[in-house]
Amino acid sequence: MEIKVLKDILDANNQIAQQNRQLLASKRIMAINLMSSPGSGKTTLILRTVEQLKDKARIAVIEGDVSSSIDAEKLGQAGIAAIQINTGGGCHLDASMVNSALLNLRLDDIDILFIENVGNLICPGGFDLGEYLRVVILSTPEGDDKPYKYPLLFTQARALVVNKTDLLPHVSFDLEAFTRAFKGLNQDAALFLVSGITGDGIKDWGKWVMDTLRKLRTQSDAK
Amino acid sequence: MHEMSVTMSLMDLVLKEAAKAGAKKIIGVNIVLGQMTGIIDHYVQANFELLSRNTPAEGAALSFRNVPWQARCRHCAHTFQPSDLDWKCPKCQSAEIEITSGSELYVESIEVE
Repeated sequence: MEIKVLKDILDANNQIAQQNRQLLASKRIMAINLMSSPGSGKTTLILRTVEQLKDKARIAVIEGDVSSSIDAEKLGQAGIAAIQINTGGGCHLDASMVNSALLNLRLDDIDILFIENVGNLICPGGFDLGEYLRVVILSTPEGDDKPYKYPLLFTQARALVVNKTDLLPHVSFDLEAFTRAFKGLNQDAALFLVSGITGDGIKDWGKWVMDTLRKLRTQSDAK
Repeated sequence: MHEMSVTMSLMDLVLKEAAKAGAKKIIGVNIVLGQMTGIIDHYVQANFELLSRNTPAEGAALSFRNVPWQARCRHCAHTFQPSDLDWKCPKCQSAEIEITSGSELYVESIEVE
């Protein structure tokens, strides 16, 4: 006998993600799922963003890594509330890991929650965490061909941050070709060129984050 | 890369659906798999064999319908399969495209007895 199922294989994850989304919405928190390769500058971008926005918004971080708590300690030293998740070999965060982390955060004291996913341009794309939006970081040494190789992640981004622009003179990264390919695929995404080292472009990025938070709150207040 | 966690979810899903239907044994699982997910059917198959031991799904045949990724041109509406390093519409050369398929990852049906 054949039984029609027509259900997403990750249905169980999606349901927990939906619970996370409702919890975050009830606390008026904007959660950003930050995805990139390892070493592209996720943690540095968060540090820079907090410097930029510390008087405007309360920011917390869920740090996903295969192992170690180096990143959470780095953030902790900068006075940022951070919870480390070690996936123990897992190549992505899933909704239940984020759910446990949420139980350990003081949600009433957070405006913006960065969820730093495991460094990987493939697997995190399949797993909804309950975030409000996804941001992808690509650093210039990785090359301008990445959207062609990992289209799924790049189609999901509401914003793309090109990091390490200070290295542009030294690496072969065709910014124009990259922008054309990315914008062709994902017209609606915002694009930022930043350097986590020099701080270039961080202001524009920070402004977008704040504008997006304001828009979200206006929308949810109107409901 | 993440075939193990996908296969674990797949196992849970098919066992639940089979139990709901009161089935004793799962003979086959029909899966729709988009190319953009990066999931390799061969690994899902191997993991499934391992995970299904001593369950009603042991020995079930997995069949995959692979869906290539396809795009539609936003200018002339031409549908095409983008090549590896060129996403321009082959008809009108526009770079403005939208993905129409390739991210599927679902169970279409199961065969039970």
